[in-house]
Amino acid sequence: MYSKGLKPVSIATVVVVAIWLAMVFFYAPLDADQGFVQKIFYVHVPLAIVALCGFVAGGIFGLLHLRSRDRSYDMKSYVAIHMSIIFGCVVLITGAIWAKAAWGHWWVWDEPVLVSFLVVFLLYCVYYPLRFSIEDPDRQARYSSVFAIAAGAFVPINFAAVRMAESFTHPRVLSQTGGSMPGEMRLTFFVGILAVTLLFVTLWKFEMTSKNASMQLKRLRRRLEATA
Amino acid sequence: MIRTAAAILRKDLAIELRTKESVPAMTLFTVVVFVLFHFGLDRDSLDGELASGVLWVTLLLAAVIGVSRLFATEREQGGLDGLLLAPVDRTALWLAKATALFLYLTVLELVAVPAFAVLMLGPDLLPALPVLIPVLLLANVGLAAIGALVSALAVETRARELIVPLLLLPLVVPLLIASASVTEPVLRGSQQAEDLGRWLGLLSLYDVVFVLIAIAVFDFLLDD
Amino acid sequence: MPALPLDEAGKYVAGAYVTLFSFVVLYLSIMASKVARIERELTDLADLSERDKAPGETPDETRDGEPVG
Repeated sequence: MYSKGLKPVSIATVVVVAIWLAMVFFYAPLDADQGFVQKIFYVHVPLAIVALCGFVAGGIFGLLHLRSRDRSYDMKSYVAIHMSIIFGCVVLITGAIWAKAAWGHWWVWDEPVLVSFLVVFLLYCVYYPLRFSIEDPDRQARYSSVFAIAAGAFVPINFAAVRMAESFTHPRVLSQTGGSMPGEMRLTFFVGILAVTLLFVTLWKFEMTSKNASMQLKRLRRRLEATA
Repeated sequence: MIRTAAAILRKDLAIELRTKESVPAMTLFTVVVFVLFHFGLDRDSLDGELASGVLWVTLLLAAVIGVSRLFATEREQGGLDGLLLAPVDRTALWLAKATALFLYLTVLELVAVPAFAVLMLGPDLLPALPVLIPVLLLANVGLAAIGALVSALAVETRARELIVPLLLLPLVVPLLIASASVTEPVLRGSQQAEDLGRWLGLLSLYDVVFVLIAIAVFDFLLDD
Repeated sequence: MPALPLDEAGKYVAGAYVTLFSFVVLYLSIMASKVARIERELTDLADLSERDKAPGETPDETRDGEPVG
């Protein structure tokens, strides 16, 4: 029953998101370097962090599926990855907007986190063709879980590698905002992470509920059509 | 388990020696791509990061060909069911395929790297070899481990030729970053390798992680 | 690059937050069509289950008089 807890989580999401947005625009101080444009940071970075955690969660669900042979874990894995890809689109778009506003280009290669994220995103885009080109449902679930585990392990390694590469040639621009953030900014940032995490969980539960409802409907239809 | 893997490996190598399907194709492809780069970049000789990039990207693309062909004999002649029915550890199959791929890549590089030096490389190759050889071998381990896993993942899908490059290439990005970064200074004439320890460390970490993952999950693939 | 003036910067910041909002709303509209389909199917199945029982019979029995089970 995935709808259990959906209502409280969604209410919590609404509340925290409202607080978060209020804090971004009314509480957090203006950045000295980038001015008002820096506000994009509060939406772009939490989304990125939550999306990456979503990918790793997909890998963990995949592992649980393989160990228990319980197909519901595979569904949880799929939905987590699906949500993270959607969040990932927003990460890349907001990242491009921020890059254009702050540095004049729609894409910058010397931001290692953005580049790592692009590679991870491209990898996970292959999840769909892989999953849907396998017809047997049991095999589809197993192979998807294998992919989720391998790709989930890939995420931290990829970030380490790209960070290493870039730190040798370009100074890390984001570290300026990351390192010496005043307290109000830091607090707003953490509230943002909480808000986006709640949003992810709400949408994940919503999607799981809908998928489960469809599956139960199929089950019911099969039964009714058999006895017709 | 090792004996099973060795037996499968012997069979694969025998087939490859007889039919010569994978390695010559990979090698020819690599040389052709070098020529393409000559025309595409409009350069007679490369050094430094350009040389490193062209060499590594070409090797990766050739590896894609090898990975796609890795389970070809089993697919086409149905040997897969026989292997799976036998009471052996699936991991032996992965080990055999990964080792085969490692050998194919090494043989490929024995030809491709000198070819690269002759066709495209400006500075001398010989002083670069002490750094280049370990990097190539470490990279081959990672490519072999991941390649065998990806090949098995794709063996049952309908869109195999599309899935293999799309899966393999993003996964090997860290490997590419490390290998190219190490190779770049040594292909610039008599320059010393920079941060060799760190990059080789990253490569080794990558290899270890993906070998472990491949061993852990391979059993769940290739069920009938 | 020096910081953009507030009126220009506002457009970019608005663009970023509007992107997030648009994706959430887009997702909601996709879910809305899914819920609509679920409603349609449920109605279908309810009709199907009622049609199986010929008029006048108790809801627990099929046309053959055997218990539904």
